[in-house]
Amino acid sequence: MRALVLLLAVLAIPAAAAAQDGRGFGPVIPKGKGEQCVAETDYMRRFHMTELTHQRDETMQRGVRTKRFSLNECVTCHATTDSAGRPVSINAPGQFCASCHEYAAVTIDCFQCHAAKPGDGGRAGLPSPFPMTAAANPETVQ
Amino acid sequence: MSGFDFDRRRFLSAATAAAGVVLAPGVTLYGIGAAARELDEPASADIRWGLLIDVNQCTEDCDACVTACNEENGVTGHGRPATDAQWIRKVRVRDPKTGAEKHLPVMCQHCAEPPCVDVCPTGASFKRADGIVLVDKHICIGCRYCMLACPYKARSFIHENLSDQKPYAPRGKGTVESCTMCVHRVDAGGTPACVEACGEDGNGAMLFGDLNDPGSEISRRIATYATHQIRGDLGVDPGVRYQNL
Repeated sequence: MRALVLLLAVLAIPAAAAAQDGRGFGPVIPKGKGEQCVAETDYMRRFHMTELTHQRDETMQRGVRTKRFSLNECVTCHATTDSAGRPVSINAPGQFCASCHEYAAVTIDCFQCHAAKPGDGGRAGLPSPFPMTAAANPETVQ
Repeated sequence: MSGFDFDRRRFLSAATAAAGVVLAPGVTLYGIGAAARELDEPASADIRWGLLIDVNQCTEDCDACVTACNEENGVTGHGRPATDAQWIRKVRVRDPKTGAEKHLPVMCQHCAEPPCVDVCPTGASFKRADGIVLVDKHICIGCRYCMLACPYKARSFIHENLSDQKPYAPRGKGTVESCTMCVHRVDAGGTPACVEACGEDGNGAMLFGDLNDPGSEISRRIATYATHQIRGDLGVDPGVRYQNL
């Protein structure tokens, strides 16, 4: 009995240490911009891939370009910048996508083709096809 | 909701400002298509996007369309012309009897009956409701049947890993790709990058518009002047037409 208590106590030490620095046992995930995600966190954790796949077919095949579950929007909101202010790839080690996917041992294929950093709107002169900040920066609008 | 209206108004004002290109007194090219769709509205089958290229205006030394396309879509090469991706190219045609030469850009012709779609074993090569022919790279297996089927040599295969793609133009190893008629710009109410560049930096030889709308500039020009579809005899009904070819 004494041994069991000792064992539990020993096991509890790293857990307590991890809990103290706010990590729990899960991966460390950089916080996204803004107040909250496009859906509840629990829902996004479980179903983001389903929503992205659905959106992917809607956009690709039918030309529907709603922004709620757009991969570009995910990247824009969740990508971080380095000390020089340059955007870091969202699938780089420790970044939003990679930290969780590494923990769960699930490969991400998205960024073999898709941009992993927020980008510009294309050729100069044309507004971004996916204006993300127009509402936040109304002074940029004529 | 108000945020979206804002964006829409901004698109329209910007598009109108850049729309007209005066070629000569009394000759104006309008490069504007229809108004931007609502974001949640799918592409409409009432529209058929097309291009009209005036070959007389196109010169040998100008490659504004090619440069703009590469820049817009992030198409970069490895210095290997045989395998590097090519969405649009300048072609020289010469009549051996007379020696007459013409120069014209050739890209995916966005056929009404696209052979690339007929042969695709997975359904990755498809024609959107508004006539734009695309590759859904999510389901492309890279078999390259479409490249063999295309009479215009319009498609390219990506042989190597890529990085730093444009957010609106995903491209990746192991898939086939071609001109998308800048579908991301068209969906936002804009014109393809090649058309815009041809008007700004080139000779204003290219016109983009809705072939199904009898009132559009492109339809009026096609109804007025003799135009030519490259290999029109194949019956694939290309959406890209050439004038003075």
